[in-house]
Amino acid sequence: MNILVFLESGEGKIRKLSFEAVSYAYAMGGTVTAIALGSIDKTELESLGKYGATKVLHVADIRLNQSVIQAFASVLSKAMINENADILVLANSSLGTPVAAKVATKINGSLATNVVELPNTTSGFVVKRSIYTGKAFAFVELTKSKKVLAIKKNAAEAKVVGGTAQVVAYSVALDESVFDTKITSTEKATGEVLLPEAEIVVSGGRGMKGPEHWGPLEELAKTLHAATGCSKPVSDMGWRPHHEHVGQTGVKVAPQLYIAIGISGAIQHLAGVNSSKCIVVINKDADAPFFKAADYGIVGDAFEIIPKLTEAFKAIK
Amino acid sequence: MKILVCISNVPDTTSKINFINNSSKFDLTGVQFIIGPYDDYALARAIELKETIPGTTVTVLNIGLVETEPTIRKALAIGADDAIRVNAEPTDSHFVASQISFHAKGFDLVLMGRESIDYNSGVVHAIVGEMLGVPSVSPVMKLELDGAKAKLEREIEGGKETLEVNLPLVAGCQEPIAEWKIPNMRGIMSARTKPLKVVEATAVEQTAVLKKFELPPAKVAVKMINADNVSELVTLLKTEAKVL
Repeated sequence: MNILVFLESGEGKIRKLSFEAVSYAYAMGGTVTAIALGSIDKTELESLGKYGATKVLHVADIRLNQSVIQAFASVLSKAMINENADILVLANSSLGTPVAAKVATKINGSLATNVVELPNTTSGFVVKRSIYTGKAFAFVELTKSKKVLAIKKNAAEAKVVGGTAQVVAYSVALDESVFDTKITSTEKATGEVLLPEAEIVVSGGRGMKGPEHWGPLEELAKTLHAATGCSKPVSDMGWRPHHEHVGQTGVKVAPQLYIAIGISGAIQHLAGVNSSKCIVVINKDADAPFFKAADYGIVGDAFEIIPKLTEAFKAIK
Repeated sequence: MKILVCISNVPDTTSKINFINNSSKFDLTGVQFIIGPYDDYALARAIELKETIPGTTVTVLNIGLVETEPTIRKALAIGADDAIRVNAEPTDSHFVASQISFHAKGFDLVLMGRESIDYNSGVVHAIVGEMLGVPSVSPVMKLELDGAKAKLEREIEGGKETLEVNLPLVAGCQEPIAEWKIPNMRGIMSARTKPLKVVEATAVEQTAVLKKFELPPAKVAVKMINADNVSELVTLLKTEAKVL
């Protein structure tokens, strides 16, 4: 079985979710070849060997420094055919998911997104997908010989298993039309921990009483190397940017630890956090529904508890 | 300008999810169905465009059995001109995208939600774009038209991208592209007589087969910690939950 893994990168670095994708492919068994697009340092690519890639194909076309989905899909579908790959594995993301869809369509393969664990191949090829915004799972058999799997965060643990991968310069002829969609600008929060990838998330709700009170929450997040999130009312009122909105219609997170402060826990918010390993809820209202979904809870005033919590976390470092 | 808005008929976001028949079928008991929340944003933006660009028509497309008609009528009440229902269960993304592609030819703009909130695949717009050979962009937070060009904002992890694309175009929408519209009495009355065409599905090769559903394990009871003793929480997170 030949497995191709698409490596997502940003600012010349491979993104962590792609390490998980390589580990996922390695755990499936078979030969793992990774592919990276755009300008990336060779040592960075070689390091993918650690997670089980034997070879990394590098398409160093500078036009691919921008994430042009159509162009990426074209490169990957051609690479799948040229490399005789049976399966393409990539991470669910704003780039990976649409690329997965286009590649599966181009190569006439089966597609599954939001895959949460390794496939079961005892009878056919069955994947487990997260559905109903984390409220349930579906087992789906992929029936075509070629398959594309977009995996959800934590579908596999990024595990060190090997050494250095062989990096091979790779080129694919691209039709000019794949660049028809022009990305005119990209705005991205830099230096911060990205919410969908964060291992710890600290979120605030209406109980924070206003955007001017976010300082202590950000301090707590910084102490924990956590990303900051918020509830829908908070982003609707413009207290926090939209890309921080966690919930049914916002970002779905799957961290090790989710700390919710001053969020009552509407079912739509829970839908965005139910894949978290551990949930801590801090709310002054002991009847807040969020406590029912929490592992640990504290009833009390957020503005008193947050600084104490920050100190307590600092103390164990 | 011809706009096609694809809508899904999905359980209300507050629904409790259960399965019956040995975990093979969704339990409809007590579940309210609505227009997919993301599709609702797409519809709202389409109606806004219809109000600002003379001669614009909005057609609604749904793949579903006869039970979805109240949802389609609601979309007509919100302001769509006519509707098509493909009489089939929306089993998987490839099937749904194939049906949409069959009906989407000739439209300048094909809008839908970024994903349906039942199966959450988030790929139908991308497959439709691929099948039609036109660009697709998702999740779109802003969509402005300038003649045959569209200017879009797409959400990415931790930020956004601004794009320029020529029509025709497929877009998967999300907030804050437009405000949801609530049908008024006149809309509801006129929706009853707007054309709703029912067609049979076009044949599609099956690429995926649903085997069964599963619910996540039940959550254990919350452990409460005294507000005066937050260091206990830190200890538990480290030694019991092992997440630090």
